[in-house]
Amino acid sequence: MKISKFFKSIFIFLSIGSIFLIPFYFILVNASKHESEINLSSLYFPSKIYLWENLLEVFAARNYQLVLAFFNSTLITVFSVTFLVILSALVGYVLQRRKSKFTNVIMFIVLLGLMIPPAIVPTIMFMQKIGLFGTLQGMVFIQIAYNSSFSILLYRQFMMSIPRELDEAAYVDGARPLQVFLKIIFPLLWPITITNIILQVITVFNDFVNPLYFLPGRDGVTVQLTLYNYATAGLGTSQNFALLYSNILLVTIPPLILFIFLNKRIIEGMTAGAVKG
Amino acid sequence: MKYIKISNFYPYWFLIPSGLIFLIFFFIPTISSFYFSLTRWNFFGIKFIGFENYYQFFSEAALYSSVINTLIFAFLSCGLKVVLGLLLAVLLSSNIYFKGLLRPIVFFPAIVSTIGVAITFKALMDPWDGLINMHLLNIGIVGPKWLTNPDIAIFSIMLVEVWKGVGIATLIFIAGIAAIPRDYYEAAQIDGASNTQQFFNITVPLVHQATTAVIILSFIGGLKTFDMVMAMTGGGPGFASEVLSSRIFRDYSQGFFGLSTAGSVILLVLVLILIMPIIYFLNKRQVEQ
Repeated sequence: MKISKFFKSIFIFLSIGSIFLIPFYFILVNASKHESEINLSSLYFPSKIYLWENLLEVFAARNYQLVLAFFNSTLITVFSVTFLVILSALVGYVLQRRKSKFTNVIMFIVLLGLMIPPAIVPTIMFMQKIGLFGTLQGMVFIQIAYNSSFSILLYRQFMMSIPRELDEAAYVDGARPLQVFLKIIFPLLWPITITNIILQVITVFNDFVNPLYFLPGRDGVTVQLTLYNYATAGLGTSQNFALLYSNILLVTIPPLILFIFLNKRIIEGMTAGAVKG
Repeated sequence: MKYIKISNFYPYWFLIPSGLIFLIFFFIPTISSFYFSLTRWNFFGIKFIGFENYYQFFSEAALYSSVINTLIFAFLSCGLKVVLGLLLAVLLSSNIYFKGLLRPIVFFPAIVSTIGVAITFKALMDPWDGLINMHLLNIGIVGPKWLTNPDIAIFSIMLVEVWKGVGIATLIFIAGIAAIPRDYYEAAQIDGASNTQQFFNITVPLVHQATTAVIILSFIGGLKTFDMVMAMTGGGPGFASEVLSSRIFRDYSQGFFGLSTAGSVILLVLVLILIMPIIYFLNKRQVEQ
């Protein structure tokens, strides 16, 4: 009985595990090959591992474009997520605590924001008029606007578990609203803030469509854009698969690091967020 | 507490920073798209032309096929994610070893870059050199030309989307299954119900809330799909795998801004008219139970 359970488990593990892991293994193998050894139908590691050389070469390609891309992506991610956290926590707080016709309308708009796709071309025109099109600041504003609905809902949901007496007591003692929020409420929101930061970092860092529209030109490249350009245009004259897969590997590393240390948090956030959505 | 007005504690100005950014960069442009979709708008200027863009959209095959592909993609990817996600969740909630290890493995593709996944699968799905077809050949099957056959390209992309996204569905279902009291299963076992009977009569009806979440999430995601299509086929061969979002981008990059905006409006309307009945229907069923 025990033994059959063991073999059944092994079988399930191998069959499901391989479906989800082989593509990643494939990336690693091809990122380790020398350009001349590339053979996309083979799953064997080469005799000599060129991973490090490939990674260095990917970074150096096109005049260190990938370095700039990582810099831009990091900048956009850090600023967007910082503002998203603070600004949506404020909204989630008020929406949960204060029930009125007005907050109901706001709540409806927040839910709409979660569902409807933005119309990008008119947005581009507006941004050209105010001089934010093609700038990193503009990209940050776009990320805040497009991701705040989800973020607000996470905070509103979590606020329900924080007792009202806390903020009411502070007000009775004469504290001002912003003080109450910053000193009492925001620290208590920390668990959901961590979850929110992780989810938003993943979303913003992996975002492809918005940088594609809003950051044309060489100075605004992000990590995903570089990867897409490498794949569609090829590196230099001919397609170098070893470098392409090294690039994919590099792009996979940041989420992998987050995942290894924080996968429980990510899973919590994904499921919690889903039930509300 | 009577002497203090409660409304002063939770001031509306807390909503202003978020609200302004949302209004300026999302809401107002999106509302204004209804007007711009009625114009001939290109590099030279804007001219009101009524419903001509919509007429063009639904009379040219290259355009309206993107609507059909979007619907195929959304319905099938959503359906497969529900079915496979639920089956995986049952498997990973059952009494087996290594399930703690398998859960994160199944989920991991969901958080990696879609572009990276798409490029990788483009190579795996290569009709000659691709690992998938080579292994199919080993067991005697001549694999299809996944991405180069116009009849099946959109389905191949859809399968990759399911591979990437099924992990989220699985996790939501696992949470749903964990909330079902064990007694139900014990009672059913005593009454002699088979595993299949237990699945259809206990698990399926009682994970209803999780099913709703998965359907809404993956359906909206499916309608908006873009990255996967762009990086795998770019909408090709020809226009065979074009979806609405990629069509919108193509029209935009060719300078047909009005036509592109009409595409955005069609997508918006599609999301609203398809998702509203789904939410209504699923909630109604929930109340009836």
